[in-house]
Amino acid sequence: MKYTFSNRLKIGSYIAMGLGLVMLIAGFMNTPANVEEAKAMVAAAHSDGHGGHGGDAHADQTNAMASHDGEHTEEAAGHGEGHSASHDEHVYHQLKNRPWSALYVAAFFFFMISLGTLAFYAVNRAAQAGWAPLLFRVMEGITAYLVPGGIIVFVLLVLSVLHFNHMFTWMDAEVVAHDALLQGKQGYLNPTFFLIRAAIFLGGWIAYRQISRKLSLAQDKADDDSNFKKNFRWSAGFLVFYLISESMMSWDWIMSLNPHWFSTLFGWYVFASMFVSGITVIAMVTIYLKSKGYLQEVNDSHIHDLAKFMFGISIFWTYLWFSQFMLIWYANIPEEVTYFVTRIEHYKLPFFGMLALNFIFPLLVLMNSDYKRVNWFVIMTGIIILFGHYMDVFNMVMPATVGENWHLGIPEIGGILFFGGLFVFWTFTALTKEELMPKRNPFIEESRHFHY
Amino acid sequence: MASTTFRALYDDDDLLMHAVKKLRSEKYHIEEVYTPFPVHGLDKAMGLADTRIAITSFLYGCLGLAVAITMMNYIMIQDWPQDIGGKPSFSYLENMPAFVPIMFEMTVFFAAHLMVITFYLRSKMWPFKKAENPDIRTTDDRFLVEVAVGNDEEALKELLLDTGAVEVQVPKK
Repeated sequence: MKYTFSNRLKIGSYIAMGLGLVMLIAGFMNTPANVEEAKAMVAAAHSDGHGGHGGDAHADQTNAMASHDGEHTEEAAGHGEGHSASHDEHVYHQLKNRPWSALYVAAFFFFMISLGTLAFYAVNRAAQAGWAPLLFRVMEGITAYLVPGGIIVFVLLVLSVLHFNHMFTWMDAEVVAHDALLQGKQGYLNPTFFLIRAAIFLGGWIAYRQISRKLSLAQDKADDDSNFKKNFRWSAGFLVFYLISESMMSWDWIMSLNPHWFSTLFGWYVFASMFVSGITVIAMVTIYLKSKGYLQEVNDSHIHDLAKFMFGISIFWTYLWFSQFMLIWYANIPEEVTYFVTRIEHYKLPFFGMLALNFIFPLLVLMNSDYKRVNWFVIMTGIIILFGHYMDVFNMVMPATVGENWHLGIPEIGGILFFGGLFVFWTFTALTKEELMPKRNPFIEESRHFHY
Repeated sequence: MASTTFRALYDDDDLLMHAVKKLRSEKYHIEEVYTPFPVHGLDKAMGLADTRIAITSFLYGCLGLAVAITMMNYIMIQDWPQDIGGKPSFSYLENMPAFVPIMFEMTVFFAAHLMVITFYLRSKMWPFKKAENPDIRTTDDRFLVEVAVGNDEEALKELLLDTGAVEVQVPKK
C-alpha cells in the first residue's frame, strides 16, 4: 500500500517550520550588537532571574573563566582590569553564539536521528534480521532526511569556518596564536582538513543510503536475490566505515567545541545517543503509520522488538555516560574534569535531568514486557527519550559555546520546531514515494509472521 | 473417583500439541505433560498461567540495591568517614559515583541468585530429589500426557489413539 501524506500533518509541518524560522530569526535579532549591550543584557537577566546572588554569580563566572577553554587563561591569572574587559568580551561572544548554538544543536539532533536510523538499518541488513524487513521502507523514509539534514549541518560548519560565529574557538587564528595546546592540535584541527573530513563523512553516509535504497527498490522488481546480496555487502562495508567516521565526526563536530578537553569513549557515547534516538523515531513513525491504517501487517511483536531496543540502548547510553563521567570524576585530573565542573556548576538541572529522562524513565516504564506492546506507552516513552537526547546534545554543545548564558528559550524552541517540521515533512514525503512493504525481500514472509 | 490417569505417549511434538488442544476442547483434565525439550507454545495450549518469576526478580533487585546503599552508607559515610585519596565522604550523594559499580553488581547478584533459588523452591528441585518421570523414555524422544479419566474409560482411550498416541498406558494407582 502506498502512503499518502495526510494534509493535517503536512500543514502541521509547514506551521512548525514557519514558526520555528520566525523564532530563530527573532533569536538572531535579539543578540547584542556590541560589548556594552551584552553587559546590559546580562545585568538585566541577573536582576530579573537570579535576584539575590549576583555576587556569587560573578565569582562563579570568574572561576569558569579561568577554566573555560583557556582562551583568556593568561589574563585571568590575576590582572584585575584586563580580566574584566576580556570577561565582558567573552560574555558578548557567548550571547552572540546563542542563536547559532540553538540552530546547531537542533540541526545536529535531527540529522543524528536519521543517521542513527541508517546505522540501525544497516545492522539489520548485515545481521539478516528476520523481523525487520517489514519496517525497511519506514527506515528508508527516515534516512531520506540525511540529505537535507546533512547539507544544513555542513553549511553551518562552513559558516563557522568563515567566522560567522565563535562556536569553535580553535577556528580563531587569534586564539590559536596565544594557545600552545591548540597549536599542538593544528595538524588535525585546522579549517581545511575539518571541512574535507566533514565532506567525506557526509558523502559516505549519503552514498550508502542512496545505494542501499536503490538496491532495496531494485530487489522488488528483480527475479533473483542478487540485489539483496549486494545490499548485504554494502551494509557490512558501510558499518565499518560508519564506526570510524562516526567516531571522528563526534570529535570534530562536538568534542572540538571544547578543544582543550578530550575523552576516548566520546565517539561511542554520541553513537549510543543517535542510535537510541533513531530507533525511537522508527518506533514512533511505525506506530503512527499503523494507526492510520497503513502497515497493517506490523503486529505487536514488531513494536515489542523496537521497544526492547529502545530500552536496551537507553541503558547502553547510560552505561557510556556513567563510564565517561565516573572515570573523570574519580581521577579528577584538572585538564579533564573542567568539562564536568562547568556543566555541574551551570547546567545542574539539564545535566542531571537528562539522566532521569534517558535512564530512569525508560528503565521503569519499558521493563514490563506487556507495556512494550502498548502503543501509547511506547509513544510517550519515545517523546521523553527524544527530549532527553535533545538535552544530551544541548549539554554537549551549549556549555562550550554560550557558557552560563543558556536558556531554553525562543531560539532553542525555534530550532526544534523548524528542524522538527522539516524532518517530518521530508520523512513523510519520502514515505509517499514507494510501496510501504518490500515485495521480494527473502525474509519478508518471516517478518510478516514474526511473533514473539 | 478421578484417581486413575491414562498415560498417552507420542513421538512427535506437533502431534502432542494437537492432542493437548483436542483433549482440552473435549473438557478432559490434563494432569501433566512430560517432554524431553521445551515445546514452544505448549503452556499456552495447556492454558497454564503466566509465570511471575520476573516480578520476584525485580523485587529482589530492589532489595539488593537497598542492601548495597545501606551497607556502604553505614561503612563509608556514617561509621568511619575517612579521607581516602580526597574522596568526599561527607554524604552518600557526594561520593555516590564511587559506589555505583557495587550498587549495580549487588542489584544483579540479588536479582539473579534469589530468582534462581525461587525457581528451585517453586519447582521443587534439589540435589537428592527423587526423579518423577513416569516413563524413562520421556527424557529422550517421547512425549507423555497424563489425563485424568472421567466416566468413560473406553471413550478416552479411543480419543487418545485417535490423536496419534503410539501407546496408551493404564497405570494402577
